[in-house]
Amino acid sequence: MSFKAKFKRWFHSWASPKWFFEKSERWLPWLGVPALSLLAIGLVWGLIFAPEDYQQGNSFRIIYLHVPAAILSQSIFMMMAVAGAINLIWRIKLADMAAKHCAPIGASFAFIALATGAIWGKPTWGTWWVWDARLTSMLILLFLYLGVIALYSAIDNRETAGRSTAILSLVGLVNIPIIKYSVELWNTLHQPATFKLTEKPSMPAEMWVPLLIMVIGFYLFFGWILFKRMRAEVIEREFKAKWLQKKLIEN
Amino acid sequence: MPADLGFFALLSRDIKLAFRQKSDIINPLMFFVMVITLFPLGVSPDPNELAAIAPGIIWVAALLASMLSMENMFRSDFEDGSLERMLVSPMPGFLIAIAKVVTHFLVTGLPLVFIAPVLAYMLSLPSEAYGVMVISLLLGLPTLSLVGAIGSALTVGLKRGALLLPLLVIPFFIPVLIFGTGALQGVIMEQPVTGQLSLMAALLLFSLASAPFACSASLKISMGNG
Amino acid sequence: MGEFESFQAFIEMGGHGLYVWLAYAVGAVVIGGNIWWVGRIRKLAEQRLRKYVRRQELEG
Repeated sequence: MSFKAKFKRWFHSWASPKWFFEKSERWLPWLGVPALSLLAIGLVWGLIFAPEDYQQGNSFRIIYLHVPAAILSQSIFMMMAVAGAINLIWRIKLADMAAKHCAPIGASFAFIALATGAIWGKPTWGTWWVWDARLTSMLILLFLYLGVIALYSAIDNRETAGRSTAILSLVGLVNIPIIKYSVELWNTLHQPATFKLTEKPSMPAEMWVPLLIMVIGFYLFFGWILFKRMRAEVIEREFKAKWLQKKLIEN
Repeated sequence: MPADLGFFALLSRDIKLAFRQKSDIINPLMFFVMVITLFPLGVSPDPNELAAIAPGIIWVAALLASMLSMENMFRSDFEDGSLERMLVSPMPGFLIAIAKVVTHFLVTGLPLVFIAPVLAYMLSLPSEAYGVMVISLLLGLPTLSLVGAIGSALTVGLKRGALLLPLLVIPFFIPVLIFGTGALQGVIMEQPVTGQLSLMAALLLFSLASAPFACSASLKISMGNG
Repeated sequence: MGEFESFQAFIEMGGHGLYVWLAYAVGAVVIGGNIWWVGRIRKLAEQRLRKYVRRQELEG
């Protein structure tokens, strides 16, 4: 079989909730175990073994939570929009489920990034909130997530809700760079050259290796929790299917 | 009714209907004036203080006033069933969206531009900023109408749509607000503002090229045939 | 213990203990909340399926 044909078959298997439900059972430990181990290693390394920052002292250790959460919440928005587009074009149910469950997970990570950024601001800037470009962009990202969640929950028909939020998240994806650019412009107009939380000239390896471990751990954790949510969604939608009843009640 | 009409016939019908419904023009205008009145009362009547925050006040009030009537962009056509007929007619969906956006701008946006200089005077905005204010409003308000049309199409027919719409569209209005107030503040601080205004023009062209398609897709999905 | 001389120093974080531990507490609560929530929706979905199967058996 040619690569193209193989890819096509693989792509179409995602259209089947049954295929996903059976396969993902075996994938879950491969996501969950490394995710939790990497998070544990990264935490211990970042909190205990990484050196303290010469300027910020130990409050710098918040970076190991703030940066991975911020990166992940932006990636999740992108993934939500791409899954929405796949749902709009090919009407693949699993893409709809993935997009639906990306929203609350992404919002929760945006919240972590925002809250930890604010807490980090207190020892750094002396106040819990500064209209810093990064924090403001993160707040707007959280608003975008909340808009998607609000729209989904306002529409009764499940298919319409999925497709409408797909459009909204695509519009959001296109606008995120514009919003970020405008917020940065606004920030430089009003507060030129303030001290940035995370822009370090050069970070030694003892600092960035645990950061990288945390980032990978966060991504894997997201994959794990997303698949678990999608599996619950399959049960919720397909509870009349015989194969599912057989599988769940036998165990 | 308008099922077999062309684009310009649809546009003139929409505009005629809107002008017959005078409250659609007057209410956003009244809202704009009243919201701006709140600031001297709530902040300070001191001309210097007002002049410093006037760009922000004018733009925030214009943004809110323009949003006030967005919810109605497709509502009456949805309720009398003509929206459904338009969508199955041969006319492309993006033309329907453009007709609604143009109507919304003419009925809500343009009157705000006309009255803004009076309010700017009352807020002691320096007189050299008037020209830039009018240009920035003329570039920014159509962008708001275009983006708002997507939100309006997504919430058409929803019971709680009126409350939902602002939550959906306000994040997308932020760049317009930033560039608009930035241009006004630039003039006051005697800096070049062509950069800000060109960014607003670019935003307008970009949303003109993309928003009508997103809006048409949203309308079809909301009507259950997307 | 790593960068710290004692457990006490680790908790104090050179005077920034409140901020570091508050930030990590927020992270733990939100991540824990995610895990708890997925368990909850899974349980509810399974209950719904079981209820449906039981009703089918009674009727059939």
